[in-house]
Order: sequence, then C-alpha cells, then structure tokens
Amino acid sequence: MRTLRFLLQKEFRQIFRDPSIIRLIFIMPIIQLMILPWAADYEIKNIKLSVVDKDHSDYSRQLISKITSTGYFQLAVYTNSYPEALQQVEKGNADLVMEIPASFEKELVKEDQATLFLAMNAIDGVKANLGSAYLRSIIQDFNREVRLEWIQFPRFSPETQIEITSSNWFNPLMNYKYFMVPGILVILLTMIGVNLTAINIVREKEIGTIEQINVTPVKKFHFILGKLIPFWLIGLLVLTIGLTIAWLAYGIIPVGSFVTIYIFAAIFLLAVLGLGLLVSTYAENQQQAMLVSFFIMMIFILLGGLYTSIDGMPEWAKWITRFNPVAYFIEVMRMVVLKGSGLADIKKHLLIMFGFAVVLNSWAILNYRKRS
Amino acid sequence: MSAISVKNIIKTYGKKKQKVTALNDISFDVNEGEIFGIIGPDGAGKTSLFRILTTLLLADSGSATVDGLDVIKDLKEIRKKVGYMPGRFSLYQDLTVEENLQFFATIFNTSINENYELIKDIYVQIEPFKNRRAGKLSGGMKQKLALSCALIHRPSVLFLDEPTTGVDAVSRKEFWEMLKGLKAQGITILVSTPYMDEARLCDKVLLLQKGKVLSINTPDGVIKDFENPLMAVKAKGMLPLLEKIKAMDIVKDAYPFGEYHHVVMKKEENVEQLKSNLTKADLKEFEIKRVEADIEDCFIQLMKEE
Repeated sequence: MRTLRFLLQKEFRQIFRDPSIIRLIFIMPIIQLMILPWAADYEIKNIKLSVVDKDHSDYSRQLISKITSTGYFQLAVYTNSYPEALQQVEKGNADLVMEIPASFEKELVKEDQATLFLAMNAIDGVKANLGSAYLRSIIQDFNREVRLEWIQFPRFSPETQIEITSSNWFNPLMNYKYFMVPGILVILLTMIGVNLTAINIVREKEIGTIEQINVTPVKKFHFILGKLIPFWLIGLLVLTIGLTIAWLAYGIIPVGSFVTIYIFAAIFLLAVLGLGLLVSTYAENQQQAMLVSFFIMMIFILLGGLYTSIDGMPEWAKWITRFNPVAYFIEVMRMVVLKGSGLADIKKHLLIMFGFAVVLNSWAILNYRKRS
Repeated sequence: MSAISVKNIIKTYGKKKQKVTALNDISFDVNEGEIFGIIGPDGAGKTSLFRILTTLLLADSGSATVDGLDVIKDLKEIRKKVGYMPGRFSLYQDLTVEENLQFFATIFNTSINENYELIKDIYVQIEPFKNRRAGKLSGGMKQKLALSCALIHRPSVLFLDEPTTGVDAVSRKEFWEMLKGLKAQGITILVSTPYMDEARLCDKVLLLQKGKVLSINTPDGVIKDFENPLMAVKAKGMLPLLEKIKAMDIVKDAYPFGEYHHVVMKKEENVEQLKSNLTKADLKEFEIKRVEADIEDCFIQLMKEE
C-alpha cells in the first residue's frame, strides 16, 4: 500500500508539473463542447428563398408572408424572372426557388386549383429535402386557409379525412444539441482516457525510466494501478467539467440521475484506460502509440453512433459496434440525459462495460513484461 | 562464493537472416567486494550482459547467478538486492533531486535516513540542489543522483553501465574515487566502460569484443601478458612514418597512439634494428623510446589476434 501511495504521489506530481497536460484537461473539453455541437447541427433554419412572383396578387403576397413568418425561411430574392432567380441560386444567394405563375390568384378562385413551381438546390441535400418538405407543408396550410375562406364547411366533413400529426418524444423540440452534447462528451472522455495513458507509459519507455522501475521489486499490479488511478480521476474531473458546460452553455440537465452517469462513466473509464494501457504495452515509442490510438479513436467515433444511427448501419457494421465501448456509453448518455433511464434500464450496458474493463485490463497486465 | 557467476551465456538478436550475436558463450566470475570492469568498444555486448544480469533480459542459453541467486528463477529476490544504473540517465526529469531519491527509497521499501550513511559522500555534493528538477542538473550531477538512487537500498551488487560516458575528466576521476569508497563498504561493483584508462582502476577486467571474451585478468596481469617489445616513435610527417614502419617485416603491428606511434616488435632483437632503420631514414624531429604497454595496447593486440 505504501508503494502504491508513493507511485500515485509521483504520478500526480508529474502530471501537475506538465503544463501541457493541464491545458489539455481543461481547455480541450471547453473548446470541443463549445464548437462542435454548433457545427454538427442538422436542424435547418434560415433557408434562403428566392421568389419569382409573376402574379403580384393578394394571395401571392399572403403566401409569401406566411412562408417568411415561420422563421425557417428568409426571403433572399424577390423578382419576376426565373432565370434571374436561378442565377442567384448559382451564386449561392438562394437555396430554393418558388415560382408563382401570373394567373395564380385567378385560377385559384375560378378553377379551384392553381399550380406553383418549386426548384431546390440539391447540392446541400439535407437542406434541399427538409426545406422543400417544410415549404410543402406551409403551402398545404395556406391552401386550407384559402378553402376555408371560400367554402363553408359542413359541420362534419362529408368525406373521411385522415391527418397524421406527430410529436417527438424525449426531445420534443428536436433540439439537436441535446442529442449531440452528451455524445461529444463521451468522445472527449475516451480521447483523454486512451491517449493520456498510452502516451504516459510509452514516454517512460522512451526516457528509460521504466527500465529503472523494472529492476526494482515494484509489483506489476502496483505499477499499473499507479498509472490507472490518476487518469481515472482526471477522466471523472473532465466529465464534471463537461456536464457543467452542457448545463451552462446549452441548458442541458439530465432527466435521469447524475449518479447513474457517474457510475457508468467510472466503469467506462476503466475500460478505456485499460485500452490505453494495452496500446502502451505494445507500442515502442510515442509515435506508434499516437497512431494506434488515433486509428482506434476513428473507428470508435465513426462506428459509435455519434453522427450516424447504429440502427441504420448494415448488419456487419452493427456487429463491430458491439465491440465498441464508446457506442455503449453514447447510448447510455442519451438514455439518461434525454429519457431519464435509471440503473435498472442500463443494467445490460453496465455488465458489458464491466466485461470490457476486465478483459482489457487483464490483457494489458499480462502483456506488460518487466523482462524482455 | 562469488558475487556474480556467469556460465556460457549466449544472446542473439533478430530473426534468422539478420541474426546478430550480442554475447557469444560468455563465462566469468566476480568475487565479493571486487570492482570488476567490462572493457569493450561500443557494440561489444556490454549492455546486453548487464540487462541479463539485472533480470531485464532473458539469455538464449547459459546460466548466471547474482549474489548466489539465479537470474531466471530468483528474479524477484535479485531485484531487491541489486542496484542498477543504466547508461542513459533514466530518472524522472520532472521530479526534483530529493523526490527522485525518496521515490526510489520507497519502492525499495526503505527510507533515505536508513541508508544515508552509504550515500552521504555522494549525496552531499548534490544536496544544495535538492529542490531542483533532475532534468535541469548538469551531466555530472545527474550521474551522482543516479548513483545515489541506485544505492539507496544498500544493494549487495551494483551494476554500472558506462557510468562515465559523456562525463568530463574531473568528474570521471571523482566518480572512480566514489566507487573505491563503495568497495570499502563491501559492495561488489560490476562496471562497464569504453575507456581503456579506467581499466587500470578496476581490480579485474574482462576485455569484451563482438560478444566474445578476449581476456579476463587483473589489469597488471593483462599487461604482463603483453610479451612483445613496444616502442613509441615520433617524427615530422606522422602518416608517411606509419606507412614506412608498417612496411618493415620486423614489425608485428603499428598504430597511432596519442602523439606517438606505437610499434609492436616481433622479437627483442628487432628493437635495435628498428632504431637503426629509422635513424638511417633521416627523419626530422625524430624521437624513439621504449615504452611499457598499457591496457589499450593489450586490447588492440588481442583484437587483432582474434
């Protein structure tokens, strides 16, 4: 125990004397959490609309003001020539073109139907799709209003009408940041866990201090614990900083309990620290350790369900995600933060993560040799 | 009982095609309380030998004991009893002098006070800087700190791998004085060095070349084994002189040695022949004298005989 205490003391001294590590611990989460959620935002706002109004009627004006008042659309160009509107799209000043034909109001009143023309710039596919869908529903709504104005509806609709409306659960406003911030926090924790431990031990190899330690009677187990505990604590500290930023900057307060998050994070950190240790036992120098952990991180992030839903992946890729601790933690974070899941709901995840922690750490300890 | 006993150690590196033999059937014994020097050029296999004896490396075959303990079976016991100072400074650069010493004392389950007597003479020299980080010490200081850390648990055998490489002449001399002091305390010291002049300071030396033992003897014994007469020659135009001497068939070997050329003669009577030959050649600033061989001459000869 005395040995372990001194190993820990030494490790903490070294960490706190390295200003770059301190900077990494405090500044990295702040930057990542302040910037990334804004960039990774699928919510579409401010679609630039270009209107070709050849009608200049009451109805066309009503339609335009209805569209722009939703907040999703910005009237960027108002013209009466389609080629000019298209030119604005080409210049990037507009995303959507809506053409109102010259006889729009007349036909609507006389013939009970009129046509509108929509053209969207599909270079930004997401924006084009969502934008046109929004626009279509606004036009439908407008259509209903017009009909109301002209036709006196009977009390009961003579024909059956099925209207589908939907409401979002857990994240009713579909605030994308609620979805992204917990996930990014997980990535952050993984990066700190894997990289810091891997590089720390490999640095001892490079400087030769590990050689000096190896000739002493220090037990493997003590040495590795001496490495694990400091980074485990740092990981939990980073999690706390991250959760604070999520609260202060995004107003995210988990629906579930913080205790659940911390319990899972504690076990998750053990698993990723074990992975870092494992990398360090194989790597000879810091470059190797960096490259390997970078490679692992890429897979963890891309197959972790942060950006793309795991359920939407092909079967073989789903299998890979089952061996990805990050995927479990992202899921658990979202479950707890958005749904309010408790320990009982994440029992399976906890058990699997515990398995990861045991396997990775035992592998690392077995592979760490005091003699070559 | 010998403090270190090595029998038929073989160590090779690399796979079949590029196999390098670092140690080729090495055997030797070191008595208790001896300063035993392993002398050899870079790449002779010194560090491999040290790593095997300090239980950091496994030999391919052969056996070795340190303080009566087998390096393979009793590695845990050995680690408690030996002190090892690797060739490269390998203490924690970001810990202070005192913290390093304390750290190594603790992991050996002892304290600085317990064995302070042993390291006192060395440690007092660096004590004024005890709050300085180890990375900021000068080369000689680092070496003293490393030695203190290797001694803090009062080892019975001390392994010093090229302790004086890259250290200035004054510090080297001081360092050897310290080793003598430790010897007086009954610690067996195995020290390696590429410097021939340090060989004289050992009780016994082992000349190592390309993983092979050339000779094991006391420094005096090694020199005594050098039977051929040795001459030192100097003149203006050293390079043509060396070529001229090498061309003579009475000469066994000739090589530059400091400001002189050392010339090894085949027989005693060749000495006069060489003198007259060279005097005839009418050389400027010519000088010739008989010299005693030193370890380096012996080493060069042994190397060439191989």
